[in-house]
Amino acid sequence: MLFRPLPGLLALALLALPSCFTNKQNQGERLYGQHCASCHGEQGEGIGQLIPPLAGSDYLARHPGQLACIVRQGLKGPITVNGVGYNQLMLGVQDTTTHHQLSPAQITNLLNFLESHWGNHPGPAGVRTIAGTEAELRACGER
Amino acid sequence: MFLKYLPLAGLLALAGCGTGPAADDTGITAITTDMSAEGDSAATTLPYLGAEGRKPVPAFSLPDQDGKVVSDKSLAGKVYVTNFFFATCPGICPKMQSELLKVYKQYQADPRVVFLSFTIDPEHDTQPVLADYARRLGVAPGTNWRFLHTPDRPAAYKLASNYLAAAQTDTQAPGGIAHSGALALVDDQGFVRGTYDGLNPQQTALLLRQLPLLLKEVKARPAAAPATAAR
Repeated sequence: MLFRPLPGLLALALLALPSCFTNKQNQGERLYGQHCASCHGEQGEGIGQLIPPLAGSDYLARHPGQLACIVRQGLKGPITVNGVGYNQLMLGVQDTTTHHQLSPAQITNLLNFLESHWGNHPGPAGVRTIAGTEAELRACGER
Repeated sequence: MFLKYLPLAGLLALAGCGTGPAADDTGITAITTDMSAEGDSAATTLPYLGAEGRKPVPAFSLPDQDGKVVSDKSLAGKVYVTNFFFATCPGICPKMQSELLKVYKQYQADPRVVFLSFTIDPEHDTQPVLADYARRLGVAPGTNWRFLHTPDRPAAYKLASNYLAAAQTDTQAPGGIAHSGALALVDDQGFVRGTYDGLNPQQTALLLRQLPLLLKEVKARPAAAPATAAR
């Protein structure tokens, strides 16, 4: 008697399975939506001269080795992006209300997403690796 | 015997894989407010909102980013949308202002409509700071989006409550102030007629649907009616 509903459960389990993998695959894009898009825009367009764009951003191209630390620690003070000056405090993910800490793997996926979309390109080191992100984070006292 | 439980175990294990409720870790410190206007888009007349029943918002008079005075008198006969922000706010403000920007873009040339952003950090947000903020946001000088300087934080928090938004000093919050991203829609007689979560694009869309309803109501009012007349 107990066996009857089980094939149904098994089918359900199989149906649920793909979500496990697709989530991981699009992690960079998903993290962007969760942590970045509300200020930097759904398409990385930024907000006027208040929040700099991430799409086609020369800042990303010029500072590939600092991006992991910026994601973690945020940014303060004036910067120039594509010839426009910005001066708005950016929170690092660790300063958010839930004190959510992105892992080196998550930051790697996030930055790989950014550097392969909207006209951006990977830095001179190519596609990011977790080890590379860990090295960047160590350089700014993070781990 | 153990085998028959395997599918169940698998299902249990999978529960951890699902997307689940999205964690709110976007850096947003929001005081959630009851969005009573939600789901009311089908109504042709907007409700009268307010904690103390049907009362217009108290009189006020504040300088804007150009040094011009905005008051209940200068707003009489106009419909306006409010929110509360501060220029250095790294949490919810950029999102909230970019949402309001969508509404502004459709009504920036409309003399019947005004947008008011009250600063809740007046010590920092002086007139030049407000003017610079407006420019950076893409609000042209002299248009109908006014950034208002409040006397001090307590006064700003009181104003926020008049417009059914919440704001308070909170050292734990990004920028030191916790506040809601609530927008209020105020009619020509000073009554709050709608509140919207300014961080939610669906709520911005609702505001865009309800604003014309209110403009239609205002247009239909008898021209000679005194500002406080009950309809």
